Amino acid sequence: MQVSEAWLREFINPPVNTAELAEQLTMAGLEVDALQPVAASFSGVVVGEVISTEQHPNADKLKVCQVNVGQSQPLQIVCGASNVRPGLKIPAALIGAVLPGDFKIKESKLRGELSFGMLCSEKELGMATSSEGLMELVDDAPVGCDIRDYLALNDHMIELGLTPNRADCLSVEGIAREVAVLNKLTFQQLPCEASPIHHQETLSIQIEQPNDCPAYLGRLIKNINAHAVTPLWMQERLRRSGIRSLSPVVDVTNYVLLELGQPLHAFDAAKLSAPIVVRNSHAGESLSLLNDQTVELDGETLVIADQKQALAFAGVMGGSASAVSDTTQDIFLECAFFNPLSIAGKARKFGLHTDSSHRFERGVDFTLQQRAMERATQLIVEIAGGSVGPINAVINQEQLPARQPVNLRRQRIEKVLGITLANDEITSLFQGLGMQVVENADGWEITPPGFRFDIAIEADLLEEIGRIVGYNNLPSSSLLMRAALGKAPEATLSLARLQDCLVDRDYQEAITYSFVDEAIQNAVAPNAEFIHIQNPISSDLAVMRTTLWCGLLNAAQYNVNRQQTRVRLFETGLRFVRHEDETLQQKMLAGLALGSAYAEQWGEKTRNVDFFDIKADIEALLSLSAHDLTFRPAQHPALHPGQTAEIIDAFANVVGLLGMLHPNLEKQLGFDSPVFLFELEQDAILQRSIPKFTQLSKFPSVRRDMALLVRQQVTAQEIIDCINNSKEAAVREVAIFDIYQGKGIEEGFKSVALSLILQDFTQTLTDSEIDAIFRRLLENMTAQLNAKLRA
Amino acid sequence: MSASIEEILTQALQALAHANDLTELDQVRVNYLGKKGLFTQHMKELGNLDPEQRKSVGQVINTAKTAFQEALDSRKQSLEAEQLQARLANEYVDVTLPGRGQSVAGLHPVTITLRRISKIFASVGFDVVEGPEIEDDYHNFGALNIPEHHPARAMHDTFYFDAHTVLRTHTSPVQIRVMESEQPPLKVIAPGRVYRCDSDLTHTPMFHQVEGFLVDTDVSFADLKGVVFEFLRAFFEKDIQVRFRPSYFPFTEPSAEVDIECVICDGKGCRVCSHTGWLEVMGCGMIHPEVFKSVNIDNERYSGFAFGMGVERLAMLRYGINDLRMFFENDLKFLQQFN
Repeated sequence: MQVSEAWLREFINPPVNTAELAEQLTMAGLEVDALQPVAASFSGVVVGEVISTEQHPNADKLKVCQVNVGQSQPLQIVCGASNVRPGLKIPAALIGAVLPGDFKIKESKLRGELSFGMLCSEKELGMATSSEGLMELVDDAPVGCDIRDYLALNDHMIELGLTPNRADCLSVEGIAREVAVLNKLTFQQLPCEASPIHHQETLSIQIEQPNDCPAYLGRLIKNINAHAVTPLWMQERLRRSGIRSLSPVVDVTNYVLLELGQPLHAFDAAKLSAPIVVRNSHAGESLSLLNDQTVELDGETLVIADQKQALAFAGVMGGSASAVSDTTQDIFLECAFFNPLSIAGKARKFGLHTDSSHRFERGVDFTLQQRAMERATQLIVEIAGGSVGPINAVINQEQLPARQPVNLRRQRIEKVLGITLANDEITSLFQGLGMQVVENADGWEITPPGFRFDIAIEADLLEEIGRIVGYNNLPSSSLLMRAALGKAPEATLSLARLQDCLVDRDYQEAITYSFVDEAIQNAVAPNAEFIHIQNPISSDLAVMRTTLWCGLLNAAQYNVNRQQTRVRLFETGLRFVRHEDETLQQKMLAGLALGSAYAEQWGEKTRNVDFFDIKADIEALLSLSAHDLTFRPAQHPALHPGQTAEIIDAFANVVGLLGMLHPNLEKQLGFDSPVFLFELEQDAILQRSIPKFTQLSKFPSVRRDMALLVRQQVTAQEIIDCINNSKEAAVREVAIFDIYQGKGIEEGFKSVALSLILQDFTQTLTDSEIDAIFRRLLENMTAQLNAKLRA
Repeated sequence: MSASIEEILTQALQALAHANDLTELDQVRVNYLGKKGLFTQHMKELGNLDPEQRKSVGQVINTAKTAFQEALDSRKQSLEAEQLQARLANEYVDVTLPGRGQSVAGLHPVTITLRRISKIFASVGFDVVEGPEIEDDYHNFGALNIPEHHPARAMHDTFYFDAHTVLRTHTSPVQIRVMESEQPPLKVIAPGRVYRCDSDLTHTPMFHQVEGFLVDTDVSFADLKGVVFEFLRAFFEKDIQVRFRPSYFPFTEPSAEVDIECVICDGKGCRVCSHTGWLEVMGCGMIHPEVFKSVNIDNERYSGFAFGMGVERLAMLRYGINDLRMFFENDLKFLQQFN
């Protein structure tokens, strides 16, 4: 809602300056989004009349004009505008004038011809950002009058960003009511007196949908002057509200919309076949609208129709077939009250949003139609004359909204807002807002007016008090709340600890979009079922990711394309996987690394990150929490078949994956070095067990190594598992410290060097006991893994 | 006896002086004091002398040995000192060269900001709760008093999966989910990703919010103001001016927008604050009775407030970031500025 300050002040003129007025509005919940002078600052410009024009002897595009500026002699002014012509009234800047941008007008010579001023366009006066030719003033503009006075340019445009509950302020009158209350002034409604009736003709009206349209009013105004011109003051007020002047009838309907908040429409009566019907559209019925758009209606869109066709999209926009034109003589002026729920969402469904739909879907005062009709009639007759007929008003009283009284309890004011106000202050505050107030034992019974659709419960009234008193004037208390001791859970790890661990291992945290390009989703997880967004912002953000790798790979590409050769990223967040017709939203932690294992450093050979670097990072995470997770070889379509592992929990559920990006994908995605990826379910790695103390042994430990010869396929994990499953109580630790293949080892075999730490709780182990343990371990490994001791 | 004790001592002291390192020095010691050393031999020969001579000669030898031993110790000390000096000189490094090993990266500025917000609220006992990002329209809208076709739905630019399944447009649904399952008193903040179908210079289709709410007996607007004031001052670590403006959210009544004095220009007026001196940072209000009704909490007994803030916006103001889109480009040069 944009409105001229001067117009507003005509309704109510509080003793505050422009900035203070704007501040008052903002602090009352009518936020001022912009405050702009209607014209830039300039001086010395008057109304001039072009008396004659002559071709400039030395320049094709210039004319030498004689201009009457109200002085004893006309001024000679050279002008290049194409619309300059004798008889035209224009703004003329005199010698000494200062135009916007501190542009001073001096006597000058243009190609040899003297010029004593300048004729101006709207742009040159800072009234528009662009304009073609001179600003044309109406014929009766008083020559010599200062243009700032004539156009009332000492004014501001106030733009309000209104919240949807404040439809009552979508009019100058509504804003004026608020300003009056804020300044404790008395507000006077605009008187809209009934016009004298010149004829008795009416069009009959049938409302088929009284629930959607409880009230519909129409009136015939005949024989209007088709050549009438909208007066300057009205054009200017419309312009200052961002509305272009079109024709007197349309301008008046727009003017009343701004002034009172009631949308109105005028049909060309000659194009109508009465009666007028307010009905639901027929499925497939089409309607050409004023904006040249044709809509195919469904069976549930409210229209205004006549006997032949739908005339208008009710509450949204008129149709072109019945529109007034510059030959229209008789008009059918109509206005209605539509139920907000009947209009809500209808315009949007057809991609429309109009000043009318904006108001109807938020709620128009259902007591306003008669006044608005009279006001519009009065203005039309003033401008274009015409013979006025009676108003035909079809009003279904039962279908009009009801305004129920709302109780306001005195003690709630103090309890919720923390203030107390005198009884008469409360009463006058609500009366000022147009409400009916009745005092009762506990407080007040308050009935909201027709223009307020946002007052239904006590809390709404409390907000009104807070708003008018000013939120900043309400007390503020230091937090007094029930205190409870905090928690310190030890069986779950915080995600922050894992994030910090990765950060300390040189992974930079990334945050990527949860929706991704279908192409990368398919490339990275070709077997995963994913879901589409119905209305994506673009095709590259159209499906929900089933793995965080999509975003991390994108981010890595972005950085590689910006000369980064080493990228290490991680992200935490949800993945969205389909499982048995449900979309699971699983919390994940994923990472990516490419380039050198360490940032380049002096004195060390640079080497690329490899599988075991990444694995060490994951093991670091696991060491913080889940000790019982293990790795096993796996296959994944996006990963290298020989460098992929899945992480499984104690119940053999897969809870994570790591590996090298498949070389094909590496190439396809434009990387030129191996990329390593991992992804883990947060739930699996945030569980930890609370430590439980075990006794230390008093006896010395001993380390013994053994070298085993096994087939190449035997995994390290199988060897370790075999030793652990042997349940040798004295074996405390097992570690693999070397793998050897090559000379001296048969093809297809490998040598695995193990170290074992042995310790007993009851005695120092003897060599023969240790030998016995080793013999039993070797027997198990021979039986299970076909392992031999390396000679 | 080939040479007198005095001559031996003189030779020995010369030999000590000529020893250039500890190995040579030890050789000299062996030559004179070892099993076959010259002093040792003289001591052995004492047995051949008659008892009277034995005593006096013995004294002479002992005096010489002691003199040698002292000279040896002193020479050893100085050689050790020399050797240490040489080693220290040799082991000099340029300590200004960088250290080696893995470097340390950093968190995303959104995470840093979220952690600070959580820490401030956790310090007075707010629990941190998360909720699903794909939501049903009941939790995202209906239960929050935003019925279908309500103009407020249009303000939200929602991403849909089907007519009733959306990407949550705010973190407020978590408020409903918590109140559905738990009884007051409640003190909760809900941080997380939210989604709006909007993308331009100042909007990204995904961003982060923190929703917070408190429900108890006797919670008033004054408590809300107090919490918001204290939070903003803690967050910006500054006694900034804060103002409350009436506003509208379907799920709170009364509702307010909160502005802070512009932290870029200290309220003098600049481009960031559109020359108003104020910056809008959060929305808040008293929880609407309809919301309490939808989760079966007695609104006569309990009252509460809720607030919501945009995390990127707070991070931008805190760190002076001027382009929202940078948060999700994940340019290392951007991210590393917060390490």
